Amino acid sequence: MATVITNSTSLAADPGPASQRRRGFRKVARRLPGYLCVTVLLVVVVYPLVWLLLGSLKTQDEFLNDPTYSLPHSFTYFSNYSTAWSAVAGYLRNSVLAVFPALGLVILLGTAAGFALEVLVWRGRGATLLLFLAGIMIPGQMILLPLFTVYFKLGLTGTLWPLIITYTAIGLPLTVFMMATYFRAIPREVFEAATLDGATVIRSFFSIAFPMMRNSILTIALVQFFFLWNDLLIALTFTTDDTKRTVQVGLLNFTGQFGVVQYGPTFAAICINVLLILVLYVVLNQRVMRGLSAGAVKG
Amino acid sequence: MTSVFGDKRSIALLLGPALLFYSLVMLLPMLWSLGYTFFNGSVITGFDFAGLANFRKLFDDPALMPAIWFTVKYAVCITVGQVLMGYGLSLLYLFFLKHAGGVIRTLVFFPVVLPTVAVSLLFQKFFEYAPQTGPVNSLLDAVGIGGIDWFGSAGKAFVVIAIMDIWRSMGFYAVLLYAGLLDIPDELIESAALDGANGWRLIKNIIIPLSLPVLVSSVVFSINGTLKAFDSIYALTGGGPGTSTTPLTLYMFQTSFSYGDYGYGATVALTLTLICLLVTVVIFRATRRDTVPR
Repeated sequence: MATVITNSTSLAADPGPASQRRRGFRKVARRLPGYLCVTVLLVVVVYPLVWLLLGSLKTQDEFLNDPTYSLPHSFTYFSNYSTAWSAVAGYLRNSVLAVFPALGLVILLGTAAGFALEVLVWRGRGATLLLFLAGIMIPGQMILLPLFTVYFKLGLTGTLWPLIITYTAIGLPLTVFMMATYFRAIPREVFEAATLDGATVIRSFFSIAFPMMRNSILTIALVQFFFLWNDLLIALTFTTDDTKRTVQVGLLNFTGQFGVVQYGPTFAAICINVLLILVLYVVLNQRVMRGLSAGAVKG
Repeated sequence: MTSVFGDKRSIALLLGPALLFYSLVMLLPMLWSLGYTFFNGSVITGFDFAGLANFRKLFDDPALMPAIWFTVKYAVCITVGQVLMGYGLSLLYLFFLKHAGGVIRTLVFFPVVLPTVAVSLLFQKFFEYAPQTGPVNSLLDAVGIGGIDWFGSAGKAFVVIAIMDIWRSMGFYAVLLYAGLLDIPDELIESAALDGANGWRLIKNIIIPLSLPVLVSSVVFSINGTLKAFDSIYALTGGGPGTSTTPLTLYMFQTSFSYGDYGYGATVALTLTLICLLVTVVIFRATRRDTVPR
């Protein structure tokens, strides 16, 4: 009621500087809850990460004697990082050696399959696409035991091969499905023209379809990279050898290894993981967001 | 032209490798896993035929029902939390931040791509009670409530799991739902505002009905993900204290690899798969009736 009255009076009076100022105040007041929300949001999202970064710069002594929210005494205390790095470097190498070959395979096989399912014409392609789609619903737990048996019998459990093979298979359903969707957007005439110019189907896949899809491929590669890089279940199951652990499994061990005694290196190890991803994310964030949500809506 | 695009050899060459890989490493193991449910033992001890014993064990297992219950409770709570927080954020992006929200969207989305294990360890330290007091307990101390042993009881551990998983994923659902909200034509919102709908009424009568499809797909996506959740819980609480935060995924993992019982592990995995299928079918049915009135 009060607002109605002030409204009508300010309308009736000629808009002098006083009423303008009042309107400015009111606008700020109306937007105040919004600003409050954003502030709280930023604190909630950013503070844990800042706290982690600060923690990685603290000495063991500061951890034991200072309150946890206090700042580190020195911002150039990096010895936690060198301690953490000596342990994490090997795990990182394993992750890279397992994830990138799998990523390459997923992209190559997935794009080719998407092309065959969407551009080429044959009976049963709808059913085949559905077959791939079913893979998105299957929990990883369902294929764990048979695969472990096979890898064990083949003597692969001490190597990174089980991870490369399983990651490729796990990545395929979503990749094939999204690729098929992307190919739908490319006019068929492009491929028909190529055929008239004498290109075989294989040739037009490698020389035309693959380069044309460069952007989509990058998007899917990023999404798959985050899925595979962050995997714990498969890496935990198939790496029985400590020297073959990936970053995620290694990180899990890190706390156990240093226990409650070594806070700084633990924080630094977590930080290394977060910073690595941060670099990639800052460079490519728009694409990551778009790719992940596109995958979600269609999956 | 059709004959060129229908060339069998090219189809086999392009589709073959992917199909072979997928069949050998996903489809075949799935069927194989079904076979395991009729056996006892593991790859190390050897297998022997057990008939339906594993299924009978399923009904007598005192640990199974709590695991199913936790899985469902987790899926429901986290889904509600994720989608509600995401929806709230997307409305904030749409009405308050408008076009200037890029930086905030980017920041809020960042936890989504972080490694789950790293986030779990971070939250473990953040909510730590002993030997080091984490910031949360310091804050509670300062307010006068006193520190809480967050990982000492099932209920409190669940609260931390929920906070962490919602923190981790709300940015994702915010972007997803924001994209859905952007699809609503501006004129529609403007004309509704001219007709006197504002604030809560605008949201309730215009925005929510129009964004229902993307809300539904968010819920389906979230349920599908949360039923299979493993990493975050395993890294944060390890299923404890006791087995009070053990979902089916983790229970299956423990049965198979800690106790070496592949047959029963496969049976638990099958139970999980069936629950996933059932929930998906139910949701699709329910939403189809809602969105297509006849």
